[in-house]
Amino acid sequence: MAQKRASPYPYWFVLPSAVVFITLFLVPTLVSFWFSLTRWDLFTAEYIGLDNYRQFFKEPFLVQGLINTLIYAVTTSGAKTVLGLLLAVLLTSGIWMQSFLRSVVFFPVLVSTIGVGITFTVLMHPTKGSINIALSYLGIDGPTWLADPALALYSVAFIDVWKGVGLATLIYIAGLAAISPDYYEAARIDGATRLQQFWRVTVPLVRPATVTVITLSLIGGLRSFDVIWATTRGGPGFASDVLASVIYKQYQAGFYGLSTAGNVILFLLIAVIVIPMTAWFQKRELDL
Amino acid sequence: MKLTHSAAFLAAFSMVSGMAAAETTLSVLIDNNPETVTLMETLAAAYTAAHPDVTFDIEQRNGGSEGDNLVKTRLATGEMADVFNYNSGSLFQALNPATTLTDLSDLAAQANVVDSFKPTVTAPDGTVRGIPFGSAMGGGIYYSRKIYAELGLSVPKTFDEFMANNAKVKEAGKVPVATTFGDTWTSQLFVLADFYNVQAENPNFAADYTANKAKYATTPGADRGFKYLEDVFKAGYMNADFGVAKFDDGLRMIATGEAAHYPMLTFGIGTIKQNFPENLNDVGFFAQPGPTADKNGLTVWMPSALYIPAASENADVAKDFLSFVASVEGCNTMIGATGATGPYLIKGCELPADVPPAVADMLPYFQGEGMTAPALEFLSPIKGPALEQITVEVGSGIRPAAEAAALYDQDVEKQAKQLGLPNW
Repeated sequence: MAQKRASPYPYWFVLPSAVVFITLFLVPTLVSFWFSLTRWDLFTAEYIGLDNYRQFFKEPFLVQGLINTLIYAVTTSGAKTVLGLLLAVLLTSGIWMQSFLRSVVFFPVLVSTIGVGITFTVLMHPTKGSINIALSYLGIDGPTWLADPALALYSVAFIDVWKGVGLATLIYIAGLAAISPDYYEAARIDGATRLQQFWRVTVPLVRPATVTVITLSLIGGLRSFDVIWATTRGGPGFASDVLASVIYKQYQAGFYGLSTAGNVILFLLIAVIVIPMTAWFQKRELDL
Repeated sequence: MKLTHSAAFLAAFSMVSGMAAAETTLSVLIDNNPETVTLMETLAAAYTAAHPDVTFDIEQRNGGSEGDNLVKTRLATGEMADVFNYNSGSLFQALNPATTLTDLSDLAAQANVVDSFKPTVTAPDGTVRGIPFGSAMGGGIYYSRKIYAELGLSVPKTFDEFMANNAKVKEAGKVPVATTFGDTWTSQLFVLADFYNVQAENPNFAADYTANKAKYATTPGADRGFKYLEDVFKAGYMNADFGVAKFDDGLRMIATGEAAHYPMLTFGIGTIKQNFPENLNDVGFFAQPGPTADKNGLTVWMPSALYIPAASENADVAKDFLSFVASVEGCNTMIGATGATGPYLIKGCELPADVPPAVADMLPYFQGEGMTAPALEFLSPIKGPALEQITVEVGSGIRPAAEAAALYDQDVEKQAKQLGLPNW
């Protein structure tokens, strides 16, 4: 593996994709590093060294935004992993209308995030929303889901999970299908209960799927923006602000250099978290 | 393009009526506030009636920070429409007007424009770049004349009187202060509309603030607006759904008598007229009361302006259209379109006698000496972008008022640095 093999393709063969990659990805990335060092108003850019980074870290909402980002990424990723696995087990158990139910679980993934956000804003309205009206029949006085500072972030995380769990389920269904029935048969012969089969056979053997689900949903959670923007816009106040919404608000305010610096920081943060994590997972996989 | 246009112009001038002239289509970008749309559509129709060779292509955009973003991006990329509307004052300054907008200093119609408006659309190089579009607005408090009559209340001259009224309204089982944090910008009113009172106590505040010498947190009285928000929250004077209610809900509450007060700019009158015409006479207006009754005046917002981007290919036609808007005839066209919602900044443009009560309540402030002050954003180029989030926090009891004022001072620093102001 260490030895580099010559590519079987001639250079002109990769040229089209190289041009696309360089002009649309590599150049903008490098240019954004430059603009993050300037005071930029889209017309002129004045070099100001690391001032944008200093300003960004002085941002009073940044610390809360960072903490919220981590809470959001870990909750949504955790919930998607657990729920995704449980749903996948349910939906491969041969229950009634299995394929129909599979598509029902996957359906929210296909719907526009903005549409989902707007729908939930209506459902979660404190006095006129269906959720609180339903709760009131049970005698429960429902909270202000999206405008209560202690609750807003988790309400949005719930919406994100509802929308995204279908993808996790799909990956897990594929992972479960790859487990040979022989293992279950052997376990049954040894007298394992259904629960033991789940813990001792399913969970360890579905590992590659778990790695994929955690990695994808964690990256998604760390840079999550659309659900938050469609529901709370980071509010009330800054209670559900995440790194991406802080950056977007700076961009909206016309602080282009500052928000570019924020994006560079977000990029580094994701890299710092995800690269060691994937490496660790891969190493564990080899050990197995 | 230049050639064909001057040709079209020559042709239009020498043309006998009835003969086909070369046509020009002016593209126009405006915000999607229903009142703005009606104004522009009526103005465009009137102009086309007089100049059949000019037609309009009107495009709408969102308001708020999304709109700011779009306007800046389109200006920067040279994709801006031939004519567009945008705020005057501090937001205008953030457009980098000296390079992006056409100089309108020499427009003959500038002679019609009231002088106090011009500084709010003047680029740092001293040239005027816009003409007023719509009427001036007051920032203060709408009140339900119905509830006031039922409970025998009188218009408060101090904030304490205002809170005393609120107590009685609450006792009567109505909402004292309609609060609509679902549209975050509406949360800023108590702070921004208090500027008359701030300036009455600290006449140099605007200049010192721009020069980084005065702060909201440390200037006596400047942070009072934040405290008002806190007081209203602590007393529980808001509607139950205050965190998610929107601007339209606020107007509904004040128009139909669900709520007694709604802190807002007077431009909402146009929307009340459209949505609740039968309630228009139930809505009154007063300036935000301050600490003492002897200093009671109105914080005034300049109307937005119409601009022509420097890159426009139809600048000559666009200038002629703007001259029409800034004429008495254009002004009367606007009054005909939406009714009078406040004083227009065109000399010789008189308001009709039968204005809605909320407008009639506002006019005396303009007639009295020293009874109005422009909002801070028309005196200083800096306005922090996070003010609306901070005021939501204070008004929802998340952050204490004193801390909020200091936080806002920090937020403002970014805007000042972005503009490259001295001393920051």
